Amino acid sequence: MSVRAKTAFLQLAASAAAVALAFLTGALIMLLVGVNPLAVYSALFEGVLLNPYGLAQIIFKSTPLMLTGLSVAFAFRAGLFNIGAEGQMIMGGFCCALAGFSLKGLPWLIHAPLCIIAAMAGGMLWAALPGYLKAKRGAHEVITTIMMNFIAAALTNYFVMARFHEPETVHTASIMPSAFLPRLAALSSFFKGSPANAAFFIGLAACALAGWLLWKTALGYEIRAVGLSPDAAATSGISVARGTMTAFLIAGALAGLASVNFVMGYKHYFEEDFTGGAGFMGIAVALVGQNNPAGVIAAALLFGALSHGTLVINALVPKDIVLILQALLIIFVITFDGIARRYAAANFGEKA
Amino acid sequence: MSLDGIFSLALLSQTVRISVPYVLAALGATISETGGVVNIALEGLILTGAFCAVLGSHYSGNPWVGVMAAMAGGIFVSLIHAVVCIRFRANQIISGLAINILAAGATKFFLKLIFHSSSNSSRVAGLPHWSFFGLDRVPVIGAIVSDPLILAAALLVFASYCLIYKTPFGLRLRAVGEHPECAETLGVNVYFMRCAGVMLCGVLAALAGAWLAFDQHQFSADMSGGRGYIALTAMIFGKWNPLGAALAAVLFGLAEAFQIQLQTVGVSVPTQFIQMIPYVLTVVLLAGVIGKSRAPAADGKPYPVEE
Repeated sequence: MSVRAKTAFLQLAASAAAVALAFLTGALIMLLVGVNPLAVYSALFEGVLLNPYGLAQIIFKSTPLMLTGLSVAFAFRAGLFNIGAEGQMIMGGFCCALAGFSLKGLPWLIHAPLCIIAAMAGGMLWAALPGYLKAKRGAHEVITTIMMNFIAAALTNYFVMARFHEPETVHTASIMPSAFLPRLAALSSFFKGSPANAAFFIGLAACALAGWLLWKTALGYEIRAVGLSPDAAATSGISVARGTMTAFLIAGALAGLASVNFVMGYKHYFEEDFTGGAGFMGIAVALVGQNNPAGVIAAALLFGALSHGTLVINALVPKDIVLILQALLIIFVITFDGIARRYAAANFGEKA
Repeated sequence: MSLDGIFSLALLSQTVRISVPYVLAALGATISETGGVVNIALEGLILTGAFCAVLGSHYSGNPWVGVMAAMAGGIFVSLIHAVVCIRFRANQIISGLAINILAAGATKFFLKLIFHSSSNSSRVAGLPHWSFFGLDRVPVIGAIVSDPLILAAALLVFASYCLIYKTPFGLRLRAVGEHPECAETLGVNVYFMRCAGVMLCGVLAALAGAWLAFDQHQFSADMSGGRGYIALTAMIFGKWNPLGAALAAVLFGLAEAFQIQLQTVGVSVPTQFIQMIPYVLTVVLLAGVIGKSRAPAADGKPYPVEE
């Protein structure tokens, strides 16, 4: 086996061990409080994987995670830590809804793409400032993006409550039907009752496109060069500031795009907390997916399945056990990943 | 309505109460980051502290047991952060985020199992009111001395400053935060010092949670409400100095109290804009528009560094 293959295998084994250990620790916690973990896990398996509604819900729940995960992974390739996917998704959703209900009388073929662009533009706008501050002033993007998350939540909350909310509700007006994304249920009765919609394909396409951009284009090469070694990139004539800024803008657009699943495909309006924490979970998705678009898809499906699983197991054990499982998964992944990397470096002479 | 009503003693007393959790958590973060470990797990530590405080008080009937339980909970959660970040050199920010998720999940999980509610615990006894020979009736000062945890927070501000800048322990802590290799060659145990910083942070942030819980006499789901992040901004705004962090925390508390007072006299300022103040100020500060705030040199970097 080549060194590269051995390293890849080791990393995969580390991820698998992390998943196994997370479920094992979760089982231990359940045993401690007198719940049978086997009953919970088999209910989870049956309710999520062995019935059509469960599978459709995985598709629905994994869609935003796929895009926020991709956003974080993309920025990470440029050596940037985008904690701001949450805020970018909020701004994206707000702009998307704004374009959805204020533009009237457009045909679907124009209106729906416009709303998608609005969602991306909103996310991009919110990523621009942290990107600029990082590129030009060296301000740490972790702190600035955390701050931008809170500002986005407060700002959109103000606009919704002060100006755009429907009477008696806390959400905006509904977007025009000409901006709705088609439900998968319209295609096949397999998806009956699930809000799974075309945004899933947007997510898959975005992952494919991001993979192509990163590994097959000059721009992607520049971005990855900046991520691997800013000094080396600068020496070979690549503008680190430009790479940083571009990566941040694209990451923002991807996180903004994550909002269309809810705004255009599900409830058709904007409301506070519509993200359901997808921006933060995206960090975990990127991590488990090894910052690789294909890995992100797989990790998003896993986290989507867990997220739908909360409803399935709630009768057996408080549903918050899923949050615990997700957190444990993150903790074990970052721990094992480091161990695997150091082992590979020491034994195969490979720097992963 | 006159504006006199706004600049009242009530405003100051309210500022004190709002600032307490900010001050405690910001002090904790400052100590942890002085040692070079980024700790954005504050939110989770506050939740853990609040929940353990209620548990301790609930089972023993004695709020002081609750305070001890909160500190123990804070240490336990910090231990996870320490093992993952210091022993296994994993990314400190991701670990912190994971702990925030873990604490949010675990507190709600046990809330349902123990108190059979998804929103709040049953009512527990709060800490005693200290009169200090009538000193508690003096405005503002009374608000500080009469509540044991507020008094503790005020004293801890100076204690933290002395710990970091006036003791050998603090010197070593700063050394491992600025230049761990150098500290190591001088015989300082980097692992131990960093762990100590993280543990102290756990205790302080958990006390912030305990104060919240005893103030409301109960635990409610997600009661930290973003306070951990405000404390983080206070730390940055205070330039990683305990006195500065505490001052920033009080300033943010003052802004909130001011808005509440404005509302009581009938002037309505959108709450959202007041909420934004700490975050906007921090972005502006980081942009370098109003001076520089510099983190310890080795802050967030695992040790030993991987080549």
